[in-house]
Amino acid sequence: MQAVLEHSPSAGATAPNQTKTGGKRTGLLLLSPSVLLLLAWSLVPFVMTLWYSTQNYNLVDPTLHGFAGIDNYRYLLTDPDFLHSLLNTFVLVAGVLLISVGGGTLLAVLYDQEFFGRGIARILVISPFFIMPTVSALLWKNLMLHPIYGVYSAMMRAVGLTPIDWLARFPLLTIMMIVAWEWLPFAVLILLTAVQSLDGEQREAARMDGAGPIARFRYIILPHLGRAISVVVMIETIYLLTIFAEISVTTAGGPGVASTNLAYLIYSRALLQFDVGGASAGGVIAIIFANIVAIFLVRAVARNLEA
Amino acid sequence: MATVELKNLRKTYLTEEIIKGISLSIQEREFVVFVGPSGCGKSTLLRMIAGLEDITSGDLLIDGQRINDVEPGKRGLAMVFQSYALYPHMNVYRNMEFGLKLAGMPEAERRAKIEHVARTLQLEPYLHHKPGQLSGGQRQRVAIGRAIVRSPKVFLFDEPLSNLDAALRGQMRVELSALHRKLDATTIYVTHDQVEAMTMADKIVVLQKGVVEQIGSPLELYHHPRNLFVARFIGSPPMNFFPAIFQGGDSAGSSVQLRDGSTLYVPVTSPGLLPGTKVTVGIRPEHVELTSSGPNSGVVEVIERLGAITLVHVRMPEGEIIVVQTDGAVLTEVETRVSLTLPPKNCHLFAPDGLAFEACHRHPLAA
Repeated sequence: MQAVLEHSPSAGATAPNQTKTGGKRTGLLLLSPSVLLLLAWSLVPFVMTLWYSTQNYNLVDPTLHGFAGIDNYRYLLTDPDFLHSLLNTFVLVAGVLLISVGGGTLLAVLYDQEFFGRGIARILVISPFFIMPTVSALLWKNLMLHPIYGVYSAMMRAVGLTPIDWLARFPLLTIMMIVAWEWLPFAVLILLTAVQSLDGEQREAARMDGAGPIARFRYIILPHLGRAISVVVMIETIYLLTIFAEISVTTAGGPGVASTNLAYLIYSRALLQFDVGGASAGGVIAIIFANIVAIFLVRAVARNLEA
Repeated sequence: MATVELKNLRKTYLTEEIIKGISLSIQEREFVVFVGPSGCGKSTLLRMIAGLEDITSGDLLIDGQRINDVEPGKRGLAMVFQSYALYPHMNVYRNMEFGLKLAGMPEAERRAKIEHVARTLQLEPYLHHKPGQLSGGQRQRVAIGRAIVRSPKVFLFDEPLSNLDAALRGQMRVELSALHRKLDATTIYVTHDQVEAMTMADKIVVLQKGVVEQIGSPLELYHHPRNLFVARFIGSPPMNFFPAIFQGGDSAGSSVQLRDGSTLYVPVTSPGLLPGTKVTVGIRPEHVELTSSGPNSGVVEVIERLGAITLVHVRMPEGEIIVVQTDGAVLTEVETRVSLTLPPKNCHLFAPDGLAFEACHRHPLAA
């Protein structure tokens, strides 16, 4: 805009004589509130976390204080719970992605077909997304999977099987299923719109080329969905790295650390064991971890979006 | 190569009948064009032949075999779509290979075939380009190539040139005609563009509202339209029409009285028509002659000079406009009074039900 102002002959006569540095200063001044707000919002907590992570700081033990160096990191990295929770984070993210993207793709193709009651079916498949995580976790824990009065238990008893206490026997798998149930609608929503944007003549051309339904899905629909799938994977990964409510409500990370992920580990360190220093070290590691994932993801997605 | 036969083909969508019983037989190596205004059912008919639309009733035969219920990919047809419908994530080679691969053709054979077709269509430099990197004309060629490699019995084209600009369209028209001669394939081509229909077709099928109005060679439709609709649809600018009163006829012609009282003796037969019946006279703009004075005069309202020809729009005293196509160098100006001569041999007469009177002499080019 500066260049336009300077080079247009009529503007030079009427507009106030603005020098280049003056214009820049005005621009910076106008930008500064949002920049400062962002800094305060993200950088200050980050720096504080960094600082706490180098301190001996436990809320219930005031005698222990002072600079800890890398002790907090050392304790954390050598703690078997940490490695376990890191692994759990991975398993959760990968599992939910697999179920929601895989199932979402199939459902998207299904809901693209004409069938009786499609409108209602679409609303039903989208609706879990509108239920807040705490509520859906409670629903699954008490209404569906409860070993005594859950719906599944009743179903299993009806066919003569012994009900399984899902959350006790397969805690991580069950949480994965609950979270996948919450995220499947999102994947369906995005992928359905993508399927619908596929040119009808392309499908027909494939039919004329002799492609059956499976070949059409494999060679025409799936490549068309590539971009949408990468967007779904990126957005879901960002949220899935920090799953918390579902774990807190259903298993509280247990039994032991069987269903503890990184986010829940930090929470338990900070607010159950009151170890602010250790929790901060966990937070810093989580940030590093999330950034590594983000770099790969953004690169992959950017390449996919360019093509 | 193959013959295609349609026997009383019908298509009903919900309660509305779109194709109302079409019978047609297409010979080997014939280039047949379906033409008609939008919504006439020409694309639907093509898609029924392709197998992309169900046939409600009637029989569709290719080489004498009923294929109503055969999958589109197994009918031995190849289709070129209006949007080309290339697979955007595959390069040109893979686009052409797709159908062959699905048919289980061995790799070496596929390669030889694709390379041969690419050479014919001058696509060799682009084999590893994606469709998004090609121009409209090149995409068009790839779509045609994808159809050719499958060596189909019948080629189907669904308005393939309508997305190209005028110059490219003219060029592709010539290329398609040449290609048809080279491949000697039975071809069914759908278009709304009558220039494409006239230049490429061996046989034109004029459709309106799901009904065949006329089937014939291009010049047959031009010289001997069966009814008012065909007369109006074929030819550009369209034929002029004005009312007249039938007076009587014999074996050599029929005479009608025009509104200015003059009589026209047109060489068409009129069996069984009562004198006094209201009829319609039709004459093409290129057949009306312009004179400076005489009967049948009107005022020039618009002049369109196209260089080689001039279109003069004359407002007649009765209110309608008659378009005259004349020499490009004609000096007539707007707002002047001109007279029109209507050579009887070029006039058409249409009965009140829209059907044309039979001409006494067939045009030599439309035998």
